Amino acid sequence: MLQIRNLKTHFFTRGGVAAAVDDVSIRIPPRSIVGVVGESGCGKSVTALSVLQLVSRPGKIVSGSILLDGEELIGKPSKQMRRIRGNKISMIFQEPMTSLNPVYTVGRQVAETMILHRGASKAEAMDRTVEMFRAVGIPAPEKRLKSFPHQLSGGLRQRVMIAMAMACKPSLMIADEPTTALDVTIEAQILHLMKELERDMGTSIMMITHNMGVVAELCDYVYVMYAGKVMEHAGIFDLFDHTKHPYTQGLLNSIPKPSGVRGRLFNIEGMVPSLLRLPKGCRFSPRCEQAVRECFESEPGLYAVSPGHGVRCFLYRDCGDGGEAI
Amino acid sequence: MARYILRRFLISIPVLVGVALILFLLLNVVPGDPVTLMMGEHIKPALIEAFRARMHLDDPVLVRFGRYMLGALRGDFGVSYKLQREVSGLIWQAFPHTVKLTIYSAFVSWIIGIPAGIFSAVKHNTLIDRSLMGFSLMGVSLPIFWAGLLMQYVFASRLGWLPVTGYYSIKYYIMPSVVLGWSSAGTVARLTRSNLLEIMKNDFIRTARAKGLSEPSVVACHALKNAMLPVITVMALQVAGLLGGAVMTESVFGIPGIGRIAVDAITHRDMPLLQGTILFTTAIVIAGNLAADIMYAFLDPRIRVEQANS
Ligand SMILES: Nc1ncnc2c1ncn2[C@@H]1O[C@H](COP(=O)(O)OP(=O)(O)OP(=O)(O)O)[C@@H](O)[C@H]1O
Ligand code: SF4
Ligand SMILES: [Mg+2]
Repeated sequence: MLQIRNLKTHFFTRGGVAAAVDDVSIRIPPRSIVGVVGESGCGKSVTALSVLQLVSRPGKIVSGSILLDGEELIGKPSKQMRRIRGNKISMIFQEPMTSLNPVYTVGRQVAETMILHRGASKAEAMDRTVEMFRAVGIPAPEKRLKSFPHQLSGGLRQRVMIAMAMACKPSLMIADEPTTALDVTIEAQILHLMKELERDMGTSIMMITHNMGVVAELCDYVYVMYAGKVMEHAGIFDLFDHTKHPYTQGLLNSIPKPSGVRGRLFNIEGMVPSLLRLPKGCRFSPRCEQAVRECFESEPGLYAVSPGHGVRCFLYRDCGDGGEAI
Repeated sequence: MARYILRRFLISIPVLVGVALILFLLLNVVPGDPVTLMMGEHIKPALIEAFRARMHLDDPVLVRFGRYMLGALRGDFGVSYKLQREVSGLIWQAFPHTVKLTIYSAFVSWIIGIPAGIFSAVKHNTLIDRSLMGFSLMGVSLPIFWAGLLMQYVFASRLGWLPVTGYYSIKYYIMPSVVLGWSSAGTVARLTRSNLLEIMKNDFIRTARAKGLSEPSVVACHALKNAMLPVITVMALQVAGLLGGAVMTESVFGIPGIGRIAVDAITHRDMPLLQGTILFTTAIVIAGNLAADIMYAFLDPRIRVEQANS
């Protein structure tokens, strides 16, 4: 349904060109939850914003293709693109505290989407908003319509954001770290809600996170990104049971232990390289414990270890090319 | 909300009294004997003594201050030395002219400042932005007397389109309002621009875009209200400042407003008149502050709702 092919989104900064998204291909089939994981700064948000054509300067989509039901989004006239945003593809963000406009009621902000895309009257839109609030589990929805964002807790605000995102029954919802700012109990509730919505409304979800626990709980398919590139992609079971890429292994080792202690999310040694000074060869090589000499000389391609499971690492070169998801 | 307003109002009373006291003390240490000032240099010392006694000028300062404040409460600010008329009467006579000038120039200031600020923000770092900002900031830096005289020369003397000075119809107010309005437009424009730019960086603007709103709608519906909140406060303060009298403009264009009275009072060392005028101006500025606070509270739900709940 959504096919991102060889997407390159670069930031043209004074210090040079940063390839925030570097030849990324992601496929999101209908009725599925696809995870995109990786450390901070690996290009997850920029990928998401590219889909909506909302990358702002100095960023620019340089090349690639983004197909929504076969329809090319890159280069689409802004007027047509606006009909897709919030309607066919909606997005929710990491910061429920600041993602809602403080000077308008939450009811009005959710209704606005339906007035815009469905031509609903104000009264109709408000009625629908109450329904949506109920669907996302906001208690006393009629009363909450008139609340301002600052009167709601973070969890409730994120539910409002989800209600807003689901208002027009989009075919795809992009969730950019929707639970990072919430505490663990609320996080579990929100994830549960999203899974339910996917099942009941048939909306696919692109789930951006840096939490492998969230991936395990929610996703059908996963893309692991590192410094702008997809390093490994696989179905959820393959990813956890047949983990191939050294980076993914590192991520999995860093899942918070069931003891409830939430330490550092990532405990892979070393730092993410600057996009302006990428190491020669494999971009993970400076931190990779399994690196061989070749890793420091040339870049690995995506190799197919099994159907639907691609790995960008020389250790799997024997498996042959063709690891691209599409 | 009513309680919030009441509380803000009560807080402003001691401020006003404090300003009045400082003012009273300051004007009392200014050299020069009021009786001599009033009656001329060559009168008999005995007469001066008699007058001092009659006007209670030899009482302790605080006693006189108390008496003055009690009078002020009843609207009695004393009698002008020079004109021998009630200060309050003089102020009330001048105030309407100042009000007119204020309304017109505030209008000019907003008509220039707000759109200039919005356009500059939307087109920031472009030539349009720089020229608009340059134009509105020019108003701030142009000395009023100079700009005023220049306009009088061009539009009155040369072209004959407008009268030079006076206050008889709206025509007379055009030049002074433009000069005065332009001079505060720069602040409005700069503030509108910077607030709007700041607001446009917010996450909720990204949300609005992700909803599919067009860029003009994003600015007009989601950014502007947030951005204008602090600007409205500043505009209220500017209006209060203007109501306190525009000394330079009123002098250049011969408008007998509060600013002119103040200048006259200073030239003639007319202490009661000066004191009354400054106190009046202070009261207006404090009232403007109060109005700005209340307006802000009304417009910003974060404050309004808090107040309603408390
Ligand atoms: N406005 C910008 N100017 C310059 N570079 C930018 C800008 N925004 C993003 N980038 C570059 O894009 C890279 C990817 O950023 P992105 O926000 O997509 O990371 P992310 O994976 O979403 O991280 P996080 O987990 O912190 O949200 C950053 O490392 C940065 O180098
Ligand atoms: S290519 Fe080499 S450096 Fe890169 S992940 Fe594989 S083993 Fe490590
Ligand atoms: Mg991000």
